[in-house]
Amino acid sequence: MSHHIVEAQNLHFTYPDGTLGIKGISFRITHGESVAVVGANGAGKSTLLQHLNGYLIPSSGDLRIGDYPLTKKTINEVRRSVGMVFQDPDDQLFMPTVFDDVAFGPLNLGLPEQDVIQRVNQALETVGMMHVIKRPPYKLSGGEKRSVAIATVLAMSPDILVMDEPSSNLDPLARRRLIGLLKSFHHTKIIATHDLDMALELCERTIVIHGGQITADSATLDLFQNEQLLKESGLEAPLSMQGCPVCSKTAKGFQPPTQDHSHTH
Amino acid sequence: MAKFDSQLFDIGYMDTLAVGKTSLHTLDPRAKLVTTMVFIGTVVSFGKYDISALIPFVIFPIVLVAWGGLPTAYLIKKIMIVSPFAFFIGIFNPLIDQTVIMHMGSLHITGGWISFASILLRFALTVGAALVLISLTGFHAVCMGLEKLGVPRPFVVQLLFLYRYIFVLMDEAGRMIRARALRSFNSNGRSLKIFGSMIGHLLLRTMDRAQRIHLAMCCRGFDGHIRLIHPMAFGIREAAFVLGWSALFISMRLYNIPHILGKLVTEFVL
Repeated sequence: MSHHIVEAQNLHFTYPDGTLGIKGISFRITHGESVAVVGANGAGKSTLLQHLNGYLIPSSGDLRIGDYPLTKKTINEVRRSVGMVFQDPDDQLFMPTVFDDVAFGPLNLGLPEQDVIQRVNQALETVGMMHVIKRPPYKLSGGEKRSVAIATVLAMSPDILVMDEPSSNLDPLARRRLIGLLKSFHHTKIIATHDLDMALELCERTIVIHGGQITADSATLDLFQNEQLLKESGLEAPLSMQGCPVCSKTAKGFQPPTQDHSHTH
Repeated sequence: MAKFDSQLFDIGYMDTLAVGKTSLHTLDPRAKLVTTMVFIGTVVSFGKYDISALIPFVIFPIVLVAWGGLPTAYLIKKIMIVSPFAFFIGIFNPLIDQTVIMHMGSLHITGGWISFASILLRFALTVGAALVLISLTGFHAVCMGLEKLGVPRPFVVQLLFLYRYIFVLMDEAGRMIRARALRSFNSNGRSLKIFGSMIGHLLLRTMDRAQRIHLAMCCRGFDGHIRLIHPMAFGIREAAFVLGWSALFISMRLYNIPHILGKLVTEFVL
């Protein structure tokens, strides 16, 4: 299936005011992959993400999303196949009620009303938010807003999910629920985040961006063990891979976080 | 500061009221909207010295508040909050219009005072009716009603966005005010200059947000039209509501009921 592929070749982007966004980024993400994009603040993560739905058009280089190269002509097809979840749910939930918000995309696709209603219900059920369907978005909690924002994207049935800091501003339990939810999706996922523990749990592959360039692109676990690289990119190892806060020992031969961690290092 | 926040949540309270289950709440929004418009239209069409003829109109908000089980104190408080606008519009009338048109014993009442009172009464009636309408229907449903009645879409969409983002904007402004208060120990931090820069910042942030919202809309296939699914049913109940009230308003407009009653009483007594 070629239509879930994201491929960038030597992407360059400079902002109109001369600020350099990204310089020479290349990668290929294939169907069903889950990839974390990590990097310090201002490294160029958001700039890269904004290319993936055609909001920014690269100054030079090629970007292929699914079957289409990204150009002004194909922008609608690209946006149909890429579902983008924003960092601030308040930017994404702009309609008066949750129902209207989730229905916004499907209605714009020109679907008949019955199908739209079905899609809305399905999307809200997936994220477990059926009970807020009639509420106005401003009355939801942070976690609920995030789930509804994801539902608005799911209702478009995208092939690729792109998320900007999905776990930011969530309480630990809401974050845990979100991780469970994202794990259950089989879409191609691209997640920009500072939450390296989440990256470790959700993404088998990680791309590190520093100063607008890719400094590493490999298996998440290998990459997070490379202290030198993390430090150079303005990052540090995820908490689950650091020393135990009680006895400050590090587990010998790190075990992935799904396994139990008892106090017999 | 705390007051600023609580006022904000108070607006949202009207939406909570609007989910009530009385027969008034379930009435088609268009019926309530049209009736309220007829009410406002008749109230503002009175002459500038009319007071007595306006009084019977109080019946509309009172009946609706009682029927819909709305909290009277809350609505009166809301009317009071906006009342300074009407007050300052009318306050110059007594100064400008000094012709005496009424005598009560030795007290001479000028036209200015009468028209000032008339402005305040009209203000209370129209704003009260609008608040009752929103509390019974919800801002969102009122907008949908406007749209179905043929009000141009861009206008309705503007209203919807205004209502959606006023909460976000107030939140942001509230945080800025708090941040300033925490670091201005004397009155130093409260100068006009600082205020100006804060407003400017708020504008810049708003523009940034507008850009992000536009991006979010584009991502989901926005093409300049906002589509909504909202089934509405205008039945006999709605027609009766609109016609009944409108007939009452128009007859109250044509006949000065307190005047007629007064005449009847005086004739009867004499």
